[in-house]
Amino acid sequence: MDIITLAHGSGGKATHSLIKDVFYKHFKNDILLQQKDSGILQNLNGKIAVTTDSFVVKPIFFHGGDIGKLSVCGTVNDLAVCGAKPLYITVGFIIEEGLKIDVLEKITKSMAKTAEKTEIKIVAGDTKVVEKGKADKIFINTTGIGLIEDNQIDLSINRIKEGDKVILSGTLGDHGMCIMNSRGELGLDAYIKSDCCLLNTLIRDILKISKNIKFMRDPTRGGLATTLNEIIENSNNSIVLNEGDIPIKKKVMSMCELLGFDPLYVANEGKIVVIVSDNDADIVLKIMRKNPLGKDSKIIGRVINDGNNRVYLKTEIGGTRMLNMLSGELLPRIC
Amino acid sequence: MKYIKEFRNPNLAKRMLDDILHAIKGNITIMEVCGTHTMSIFKNGIRSLLPKNISMISGPGCPVCVTEQGFIDTATKLCRNDDIIIASFGDMMKVPGTSSSLKIEKALGRDIKVVLSPLDCLNIAKQNPNKEVVFLAIGFETTAPIIALSIYKAKKENINNYSILQSIKTMPDVLRHIASNEEVNIDGFLCPGHVSTVIGVKPFEFLVKEFNLPAVIAGFEYCDIIGAIYFIVDMIAKKEYKVKNIYERIVKYEGNKKALAIIDEVFNPADSTWRGLGNIKNTGFKLKDNYKNFDAVSKLNIKMVQSYIHKDCICGEILKGLKKPTECKLFAKVCSPLNPIGACMISQEGTCNTYYKYEAR
Repeated sequence: MDIITLAHGSGGKATHSLIKDVFYKHFKNDILLQQKDSGILQNLNGKIAVTTDSFVVKPIFFHGGDIGKLSVCGTVNDLAVCGAKPLYITVGFIIEEGLKIDVLEKITKSMAKTAEKTEIKIVAGDTKVVEKGKADKIFINTTGIGLIEDNQIDLSINRIKEGDKVILSGTLGDHGMCIMNSRGELGLDAYIKSDCCLLNTLIRDILKISKNIKFMRDPTRGGLATTLNEIIENSNNSIVLNEGDIPIKKKVMSMCELLGFDPLYVANEGKIVVIVSDNDADIVLKIMRKNPLGKDSKIIGRVINDGNNRVYLKTEIGGTRMLNMLSGELLPRIC
Repeated sequence: MKYIKEFRNPNLAKRMLDDILHAIKGNITIMEVCGTHTMSIFKNGIRSLLPKNISMISGPGCPVCVTEQGFIDTATKLCRNDDIIIASFGDMMKVPGTSSSLKIEKALGRDIKVVLSPLDCLNIAKQNPNKEVVFLAIGFETTAPIIALSIYKAKKENINNYSILQSIKTMPDVLRHIASNEEVNIDGFLCPGHVSTVIGVKPFEFLVKEFNLPAVIAGFEYCDIIGAIYFIVDMIAKKEYKVKNIYERIVKYEGNKKALAIIDEVFNPADSTWRGLGNIKNTGFKLKDNYKNFDAVSKLNIKMVQSYIHKDCICGEILKGLKKPTECKLFAKVCSPLNPIGACMISQEGTCNTYYKYEAR
């Protein structure tokens, strides 16, 4: 059986053949194939965005994606929400010995396919192999480099003002509940697909249409509630959300109900939250809805200036409650 | 979503809130016993919609909150034994003992497994024949049937490396304990919905007979809760007291006979020590003699650790409804969900945790 052994991380012949037969085969591009110790990038004119992220998802294959797709999407999305065009990505693999090589190849192919879709080049990489039990199958670290070509793009928390609208690009909690269900520990027979996807084209479209987009973020871990708290944390502003306007799939809602989770805190991998001026909110919403990734977009709230920097939720029955940041991790309730 | 959507009807909720406003005379204090009710009240912003003269206070209905610190200390000590696998509900992981927690011990490499059902322990026991699987059996009448079933099945299947460290609590007599406390001033009870699904309506009728207090058994959707508050206010206005069941879609007068039968098969009623409230007669269980091999304390010769909670922690008063979390010196300063001092801050259904989540910063 072809499996990863410690030899594949030794830097010797096995490493060399892994790089050649798996990584170069799928990640091939002019920069990587120069086979230098560093990828040499073209002159980049403009502001450069850099981001890094590590992916340790379990299981590594899930409905709607896998750890490879997730690692490229996550990094591309982090560049895109800053207004950058994603250009280059580096990849570091930490692999537990015993992983089948065809599993690694499947992940690699998925990364290559996702990168190709967004025209981002995988320009450098690294492989380490650790002993059985020292990692969980495979961990991936990625670093992304993007270029902010349009000097007029100014996405900054400081630009957020009273009256600005909060737009969410679609349903909440799909990724988090998919992962939880895919672990097979809940004994639930629910088909929930992760929303893991590339958001850069959706973001490009709305940045083209409006110069009054104040800030964007993809609400990943910690969910929408934590993301909005981070956004208004150091300002005088607060955000009021309307519970009835927040889109959540019935299946996701049912599973959250059953386990005692609040979908506002569950992770997403294919959604953006956009803070935009009141005047441009409708046109931005219209453009978002034209894109299949934003078809369920909704204005879910507004910015108020009450000096409290809090996130409030106006409930369906007209009550108000606060949404704090997630404290600790999500765990199913007892009863 | 059947049986949920119907109880999420904003128009009906608004009408009932109006009715409450018209029915209320004077100040009314209602204890919602169950932690899930507390969560739902906060989650739906119900407090902000009630008239100011209705005061909702949270009772002892969070299973983690009422589990004594000594139980946690015993569990954390036990998990350091390499021959033992500790299995627990997720909520227990974060509960701090005197100097450690299951979460910390797990991070240190102890074999601790989070299970969604005690029945999962039987598979863990089968897969690890050389280890003893000890389930941390906490909860109320809601978790008791499935815990009892796990023991019944283990006995039937000759799984001899499974046992429970038991601290299950039962509800009616703790309410008797609270209602008979002269310091406590409660005008009505929102009875625990989950517990009622198992034990039924009858065990709460003493609230009317002995204390002349109205009580409503309700579900957890906002219409259920607002409806329950309306009926309590209405009964007080009319001075006609009874235990009203508005959770008939789940709760039967006699309870769930199958669940009660399995509890009765495995457990006998017993006294139990509640964190913050002390030892209360007839509020717990002990294993019947023919199941005593599944009692971890005697089987593993465990000496339960005696511990004391922080001197400034007022969880006891909070569980009795005498004080609110915001009256605690430690609340949101020293004690928070990331650094919980008292039990009420730990569980996601704990009163302090709920206050922190929805009202503090």
